[in-house]
Amino acid sequence: MIPFTYARAANTADAVVHGSAAGAKYLGGGTNLVDLMREGIEHPAGLVDVSGLSRDITETDNGGVLIGAGVKNTALAENRLVRTRFPVLSRAIVAGASGQIRNMATVGGNILQRTRCTYFYDDTGSRCNKREPGQGCDAIDGFNRIHAILGASPSCVATHPSDMCVALAALDAVVHLEGAGGKTRRLPFTDLHLLPEGRPDVETVLEPGELITAVELPAQPMAARSTYRKVRDRSSYAFALVSVAASLEMDGATIGDVRLALGGVAHKPWRAWKAEEVLRSKAATQATFQAAAEAELADAVPLKDNGFKIELAKRTIIAVLGELSGVSA
Amino acid sequence: MSILEQAKQAAQGAAQSVIQKAVELAPESWLPGGKPDPLIHQKHGLIGKPVSRIDGPLKVQGKATFAAEFPMDGLLYASVAFSTVPKGRIASLDTSAAEAAPGVVLVMTYRNAPRMKPMPVFMSNAKAAGGDNLPVMQDDRIHWNGQPVALVLAETQEQADHAKSLIRVTYEAEPATTRFVEAKAQNTQPGLFMGQPMKQEIGDAEAALAAAPVKVDVTYTTPRHNHNAIEPHAATIVWQGDELLVHDASQAVTHTAWSLSEVFGIEESQVHVTSPYVGGGFGSKSLWQHQVLGAAAAKLTGRPVRIALSREGVYRMTGGRTLTEQRMAIGAAQDGRFEAIIHTGTVAMTHHNAMPEPFILPTRSAYAARTFKLDVEVTYLDMIANTFMRAPGESVGTFALESAVDEVAVALGMDPVALRMVNEPSEDPTEKKPFSSRNIVEAYRTGAERFGWTKRNPVPGSVRDGEWQVGMGVATSTYPYHRMPGGAARLTLTRDGRMKVEIAAHEMGMGTSTAQTQVTADRFGLQLDQVDFAYGDSFLPGQVLAGGSQQTASIGASVVAAQHAMVAELLKLAGNDSPLAGLRADEVGGMEGGLAKLDEPGRHETYASILSRAQRDEVAVVGSAPPPLETMHWSMHSWGAMFCEVRVNSVTGEVRVSRFLGSFDCGRILNAKTASSQFRGGIIMGLGMALMEETQFDERNGRIMNPSLAEYHVPVHLDVPEIDVMWTDIADPHAPMGARGIGEIGITGVGAAVANAIYNATGKRIRDLPITLDKLM
Ligand SMILES: Cc1cc2nc3c(=O)[nH]c(=O)nc-3n(C[C@H](O)[C@H](O)[C@H](O)COP(=O)(O)OP(=O)(O)OC[C@H]3O[C@@H](n4cnc5c(N)ncnc54)[C@H](O)[C@@H]3O)c2cc1C
Ligand code: SF4
Repeated sequence: MIPFTYARAANTADAVVHGSAAGAKYLGGGTNLVDLMREGIEHPAGLVDVSGLSRDITETDNGGVLIGAGVKNTALAENRLVRTRFPVLSRAIVAGASGQIRNMATVGGNILQRTRCTYFYDDTGSRCNKREPGQGCDAIDGFNRIHAILGASPSCVATHPSDMCVALAALDAVVHLEGAGGKTRRLPFTDLHLLPEGRPDVETVLEPGELITAVELPAQPMAARSTYRKVRDRSSYAFALVSVAASLEMDGATIGDVRLALGGVAHKPWRAWKAEEVLRSKAATQATFQAAAEAELADAVPLKDNGFKIELAKRTIIAVLGELSGVSA
Repeated sequence: MSILEQAKQAAQGAAQSVIQKAVELAPESWLPGGKPDPLIHQKHGLIGKPVSRIDGPLKVQGKATFAAEFPMDGLLYASVAFSTVPKGRIASLDTSAAEAAPGVVLVMTYRNAPRMKPMPVFMSNAKAAGGDNLPVMQDDRIHWNGQPVALVLAETQEQADHAKSLIRVTYEAEPATTRFVEAKAQNTQPGLFMGQPMKQEIGDAEAALAAAPVKVDVTYTTPRHNHNAIEPHAATIVWQGDELLVHDASQAVTHTAWSLSEVFGIEESQVHVTSPYVGGGFGSKSLWQHQVLGAAAAKLTGRPVRIALSREGVYRMTGGRTLTEQRMAIGAAQDGRFEAIIHTGTVAMTHHNAMPEPFILPTRSAYAARTFKLDVEVTYLDMIANTFMRAPGESVGTFALESAVDEVAVALGMDPVALRMVNEPSEDPTEKKPFSSRNIVEAYRTGAERFGWTKRNPVPGSVRDGEWQVGMGVATSTYPYHRMPGGAARLTLTRDGRMKVEIAAHEMGMGTSTAQTQVTADRFGLQLDQVDFAYGDSFLPGQVLAGGSQQTASIGASVVAAQHAMVAELLKLAGNDSPLAGLRADEVGGMEGGLAKLDEPGRHETYASILSRAQRDEVAVVGSAPPPLETMHWSMHSWGAMFCEVRVNSVTGEVRVSRFLGSFDCGRILNAKTASSQFRGGIIMGLGMALMEETQFDERNGRIMNPSLAEYHVPVHLDVPEIDVMWTDIADPHAPMGARGIGEIGITGVGAAVANAIYNATGKRIRDLPITLDKLM
């Protein structure tokens, strides 16, 4: 590990001052960042510990929830408001990592965790455009079972590994940010992460030093009927090959409204806009679900090892919609 | 009272040892015509009791000192840099930044490493323990991707790791052979395993196969695997003058000491290797380059060195199980009898080791057949030397064999258990020797009953529970009995009536020391807490590899030999004033803390009394085990029947094992508790092999891409159902204590039991491990 400074932020303003210094990084639970520092992938000059800031979960006036960026994953998953109004979020969180990691991990850190591409992690032995822009990508022709089928680029085929984020994408979450000079802004969660295109090292639209202060879940009554399904290589403690977050509102036998997002398939938590479009106001039938899945995956591109994900994503979408609507095969 | 004593006393209470009859001495050899070990008939002693591990309390309290925990003054910490190309030479090596980094005492590369000989590679000599026989940091040559190219010593581990990251190496890469298919096309050679050719033909198997009315002829493949012991390899090393002391994590202390003496050109007696506790070995805890490099660096600095590999280091510097590609063909008559068994194929190996994964071994003894064709071919890759991993050969070989038997059963429309019974051999079908003891039919019968095998619906894909398809499968498990030459033990009896057994054997968490304490107590008529079992030290007698599941037999035979010497000595000391006066060794046995006449237990004198009358504080003897001739006369194998129930998700292809039962025939079970753990542990490892384990070896450059427990998947708790184990407990009359080893059999047959259950659930036959969900979609 390269020597670095450490400062515990007293408050948000203080955090942003320190966090805007050259080479500074915010520290949440450290479960991802510290690992990457040990592996020699990240070498911040300074860590600004923000894990003590904003640990509150509060109900907003319109029936939504405001979640401080420092809230631990476990605390968020256990929260009664979240469990009853947004069960998809609770389920997504507990489907991820392990109990110990969730006890440490924060909301901010979870959102900004980095890919699990093994070539990204192999600092000395592999080429990676995300680590070293312009170096090349050893994953494209290498082991890419866990890699992207949607929105990838010739520069990078990595996925965003988070489960929590898939739920946030489906819940129309809004991210609260504070940047240099105390400038605050709000951003739809689905606009936060970027596709790799030519610069896979640039993963979000955050400006240097910009801090996530909170995540807001607007009221979404239909989310009371929501769920998360994660498909993986073992029963627990493995990243998603494919995951689906969904909320559904039924209007008799017709789909009133729907939110759908996919995990494990792209460089960002993947909101399934196209599928939603197909589903809205249609009869809740297997054929509709199938059409929606096909629409969403129409542009999917398989790599050497991950072609199965296309079919897996479709099947999982259909199964989840079937479960939420009560219309099964 | 020490924790150890307390634990033993508690265990003693639980086991209620009541030995009222003297136990006669065991035979001095295990040759034909000899009598079986009398302990076999000892039913009321400690043997077989579920005694908890005597080292358990120490471990849970953190008081057991592992290799990387020995304190030493002036200790330096090592960190290793690995090559990133599979073959070529080091073109440039810049260590200046590392040398200037804080706390750094030494940066060792081929330029300044002391001159050393290569490690004697396993099987090149009875005491060889090296994983490879390459020069260890002696030149600029690179032989595998991940080879150590530099070692840093610093005052702390963090300083060493940091300095290591500052080393800059460039390579002049040379064309390397890293693709299995290409290597195989270039060249294959017949494999030689422990000096035995892996090639055998009986009759014309190809012709018999062609003529057989029912046949299966398919290819099974298994990937590379890595051992993932909970304790990564580590050693704490110091030179005391010309003598080398290595606190190692080892399953081969004597072998390691001898091999290190060869490397450094010193006497065997100048190398002392200890290994009191080992956090799992599974075949990997032998001598690899890290101990050699650690010792070399300790020599250069004159200070003690700790080298504890990171998990990545374990993958880069110590070998795993190699891949296999197996053709498995069985031809059967309409009644199910096998006409032909063909088991051939290719494994990857290197030019610097000699371990052709011997996947045909289980096929040699499992079934009767009219003809056989067996062959393991080897092809050479530029990669880290592969090595022994739990049941080398049998674990992956039974996947092919037992899947194919299931395929034959399907083709015949026969129950797979019944098919196995039809092909039960009366003698070893390829060695043509009698079995020492084979009760596989009994294991199947009792196992099937307990598991509810008759409830299985033989029509694939017919049982459903919502999204889940449910199926049952079965497979035979098997592992040979081994007893390697070189076993010896020292017994020391002290005036307080305590017996100490000293032998250079190993306790890697299996329960060896506990089980052998039980055995020794019963043999000598002692209580559990009167026996001390000392092991894990190369200065102790014997040469007892913890491999091949042979420690139980090796230690058992060594203690028997020493007991003869001890009893002879005691009868001499007892003299004419003893109730034992005039008795010969074969007339007495151990009973109630002393010796007694076998048919007249009243003629008894305690050990304490014999020694005190003779005014001796202690009596010490050494006995050497006879050569393992029993395996020349009998085919000696353990057997098991593995029953598995799986649930396969019809949407996602996910597999969940919902029930598992192992029914074993391993001779006498010495400790019900530690044996259960060995069986279960093996089965869990087998589940990993079946469903998820795979070392990702990037064939473009020979680099292992998942050297971490986050990416190399082993089963998590939720993947493991309750595992039921049972055993025949039928003693093998030709093995010490009637016991064959149990350490490795648990992993065998599991892959096929799972695959067969998946077939029954879904109708899909997967012949390529691991069975990940994409293969079932
Ligand atoms: C073995 C293993 C398995 C895992 N399995 C899963 C899994 O199955 N599913 C899953 O979803 N996750 C999984 N994880 C990942 C885990 O969820 C993340 O490591 C965790 O959520 C990161 O949170 P943290 O607070 O520890 O982040 P940190 O490591 O502290 O930070 C991560 C990043 O976020 C930045 N950051 C932190 N807080 C802020 C803020 N407020 N504003 C701006 N930037 C910030 C940091 O600078 C850093 O770049 C796994 C992790 C491990 C180690
Ligand atoms: S996929 Fe992306 S993260 Fe992985 S090696 Fe390629 S560029 Fe790097």
